[in-house]
Amino acid sequence: MKKPTRYGMVIDLDKCTGCASCMVACMAENNVPFREDESDKLLSLTWMRVYKLTNGKPFPETDVCYLPRPCMHCGGQVEGYSPCVVVCPTIATDYSMKTGIVSQIYNRCIGCRYCMAACPYHARYFNWWDPVWPDGMEKYLNPKVSPRMRGVVEKCSFCFHRYQLAKEKAYMEGRRELKEDEYQTSCTQACPAGAITFGDLNNPKHAVYKYKKSPNAFRLLERLGTNPKIYYISSRAWVRRSGDNYLKNESKPEKAVLRAT
Amino acid sequence: MKVDRRSFLSFLIGGAAGTALSPMPWKLTDDSAIWTQMWPWTPVPEDGEINHVNSTCTLCPGRCGITVLKIDNRAIKIEGMKGHPVNDGGICLLGLSGLQLLYGPTRVKTPLKRVGAKGAGHWEKISWDEAVAEVVKQLGDLRARGQSHLVGLITGSDRGTVPQLFTRFMTAYGSPNSMRTPSMLDSYELTLQLTQGTRALPGFDFENADFILSFGSGIIDGWGSPVRMFKAHSSWRSGGGKVIQVEPRLSRTAAKSDRWIPVKPGTEGALALGLAHVIVKESLYNADFVDNYTVGFEDLQRLVLDKYSPESVAAITAIDQKDIVALARDFAAASKPLAICGRGRGTVSGSLDEFMAVHVLNALAGNINQKGGIRAFSEIDYINWPQVQKDAVAAAGMQHERLDGAGSKKYPDARSLLNRLPAAVRPGAESPLQALLVTDANPLYTMPGSTAVKKAMADIPFVVSFSSFMDETAQNADLILPNHIYLERYEDVPTPFGLQQPVTSLARPVVEPQFNTQHVGDIVIRIAKALGGSIAGAFPWDGYQTCLKETLGHKWETLMAKGFRLDNNYGAPAWQMSFNTPSGKFEFANKETGRVPQYTPIKIEGDKKLYPLVLIPYDSFRLFSGYIGDPPFAVKTVEDTVIKGQDVFVELNPETARALRLREGQHAILSTPRGQAKVKVHWFDGIRPGVVALPRGLGHTAYDKYLAEKGVNFNELIGPVEDPETGYDAAWGIMAKLSKA
Repeated sequence: MKKPTRYGMVIDLDKCTGCASCMVACMAENNVPFREDESDKLLSLTWMRVYKLTNGKPFPETDVCYLPRPCMHCGGQVEGYSPCVVVCPTIATDYSMKTGIVSQIYNRCIGCRYCMAACPYHARYFNWWDPVWPDGMEKYLNPKVSPRMRGVVEKCSFCFHRYQLAKEKAYMEGRRELKEDEYQTSCTQACPAGAITFGDLNNPKHAVYKYKKSPNAFRLLERLGTNPKIYYISSRAWVRRSGDNYLKNESKPEKAVLRAT
Repeated sequence: MKVDRRSFLSFLIGGAAGTALSPMPWKLTDDSAIWTQMWPWTPVPEDGEINHVNSTCTLCPGRCGITVLKIDNRAIKIEGMKGHPVNDGGICLLGLSGLQLLYGPTRVKTPLKRVGAKGAGHWEKISWDEAVAEVVKQLGDLRARGQSHLVGLITGSDRGTVPQLFTRFMTAYGSPNSMRTPSMLDSYELTLQLTQGTRALPGFDFENADFILSFGSGIIDGWGSPVRMFKAHSSWRSGGGKVIQVEPRLSRTAAKSDRWIPVKPGTEGALALGLAHVIVKESLYNADFVDNYTVGFEDLQRLVLDKYSPESVAAITAIDQKDIVALARDFAAASKPLAICGRGRGTVSGSLDEFMAVHVLNALAGNINQKGGIRAFSEIDYINWPQVQKDAVAAAGMQHERLDGAGSKKYPDARSLLNRLPAAVRPGAESPLQALLVTDANPLYTMPGSTAVKKAMADIPFVVSFSSFMDETAQNADLILPNHIYLERYEDVPTPFGLQQPVTSLARPVVEPQFNTQHVGDIVIRIAKALGGSIAGAFPWDGYQTCLKETLGHKWETLMAKGFRLDNNYGAPAWQMSFNTPSGKFEFANKETGRVPQYTPIKIEGDKKLYPLVLIPYDSFRLFSGYIGDPPFAVKTVEDTVIKGQDVFVELNPETARALRLREGQHAILSTPRGQAKVKVHWFDGIRPGVVALPRGLGHTAYDKYLAEKGVNFNELIGPVEDPETGYDAAWGIMAKLSKA
């Protein structure tokens, strides 16, 4: 039987330059607001955020790697039981069995921030303030994405509006299936290094299907059993190891041991 | 009906229980959650018809093709243009933020005339007629007094029709003082002239190179055409290409490289000659090229064998001699090696010796005009305007020596030495410049020694800025004639720095002009026409668009249809045809001019006793340090180990930090001979002990509240250091001191 569509990403950390174009591509696409001081990163709304990892060694053995972090769109140990989805009291966030995308419905959100506490990836952000654009700048807002209001949680949607547009277009043309390049997220499209690959993880014809099987592929905090849909590739062992919490004497297993049942 | 206590209580309790069991409380809670979110001030963007416009991004020297998504007449998002030879669909964070500049609060919305003191920020809105008349009056008066040579011009670049219209204007008007913003192109052009006989734009075939030896070039920190460099970098990652980064600090480029050589800052040129020593000594060079197509090899041989043995170079650079030998062998053994230089983004002209030494490595590898190598493109060919007919005043004016000394006996090779301008404008004395026109540049912020630049500019009686934005230079100008921004205007965009093939692109209006601005090309033509006589005669076009169309000729159609024009016939010439030097060969050395490659350390400012540390700047791809400052989105991406609140962090090796008793995050005073600033300390293992690094691109006093007043402008802490040979600024750092705040 054909497996259901499960959108996901493979991010090649060897190619990623940490330039942050993905962050801006996301903000520009999704009407993410900005404030005068964005240096408190706990308050800074960044659906996509690039982290800087260091190997902790002294000069000159020091090494640095950049790691872009969108929402992981976790499947959970039993599919649909994503950490955030199971705790939401208002079904403001839900797991789609059609696409594997974890949605966020702002109007349902009551701002309790339980999901933020449940998310192990800090992928969710709370709107402490109403968004304010300087006079005239509202002109560039994207009508396909509704600006959020104070008091709700927001996060990466895998540019779901792009999925909807692509789907509508396919229906108009009498198709039910989307081609790989018809639906791509804003960050994937923008990445000047071509480090991000997006597609259906279950479709052997999609590039992500092949890349996720790379021996250098890993996911973040896999041992929690969140079953994330973002895979990372790095040829550097210390980077792969920093993807999870390992004891000092523990080595990183080459294949992830904990997978969704 | 009698209401007793019992029935009253039953009613209350029953009512409460009934309400609680009904959906009402839940509905009300839910509703109140919704009501408190439905504020009318949350914008609802209007939907409309989707359309796309192709254009070219000119925010940085990269010159990427862009496709702008529009909904009706609003620009919604900028994306990379697929199939464009520079960026093929890719885009960077500055390009993506372009709409924040278009619709943002930093735009100058109408011509402005200063009222009150310079830089005080009091402006009077004037009409375009008044603004043009004001410029014409001031320039006309100077010219009538025979002082046309006292007018200066600062442009961002000198390539393309708009900068050329400006320089043409200066020639017709009668002033030799046209200056362009300095960059590594200055030294690269000169290196190519001295060794290959052509003053040319360098092109690097990175896509086909497999061993890139970079002397501090920020390959993925904004050097060259950034998106193209990112793509080349990725192709090396998947294709097995190697990158070796020579740099005192673990930049993004160094972190991503295959080998990081943490050289002592300022000694890169010595390392290059040390590598040449090994290559020459072990005969690892390309014998065909060196034997048949070069002259002066013996001089080079003598020099490197005598003076730059691995031992002596190890002592200069603090790099192990075994590593030097191994690196030289690897470079020579690679099938397509390529050496590049220009620190960080390449915003400083640099030391000619260093550029020559690095270019020597390319010549030894024989990669000149080869696949995966370096090539030289002469000037753009499509601007063939008739010679300017100078009247007597213009001819007399052009006879004057340039104020910056470029082309003088002392600095015959330099074309423009903007870095020497502040020194020429001596405080107190009457300013040698009576008027200054600034376009596409923000010298008040971007020039090293910016405090001195600001003082010098305050002494110039009439400063005109053509900036679209209220930048530092515009803030301190006397008159602002705001240009359309790149999304509102036509302009030709010539080949960007470092591209492997010549390409011309077209920037075209994506939206209607948002404010009362004018195309700067139109304004130059208008000013020239108003000045009359031979000046007007030099500008036969009725406006910029006519000029552009006529200049581009048959290329116009292609550019309008495709957005860019690639010269498909271009092929790098064979070695026999490559060199325009007197010998017709590549010149390692030229006995007549006395030019031999060497390493002259550029002495940086400051006494070691007073200032025990070395301060170097670093370029981060998230901070733009040129004419365009960071738009809000870009500021948002800056890490909290770079800016926190208003404070900037300096990077310091933990070893040095411990010796200075400075904790992570602690406030400190950073002082240099040029100035001092309050900073915070960030412990970073990826930097040489004894070195402090400060990012470029912060410390703006202009632009919007999202950028201004954050951190420190590195240029306030450093001054230019002249390369004794060329006069170009070659400062790579300055001595500094860190003390507890």
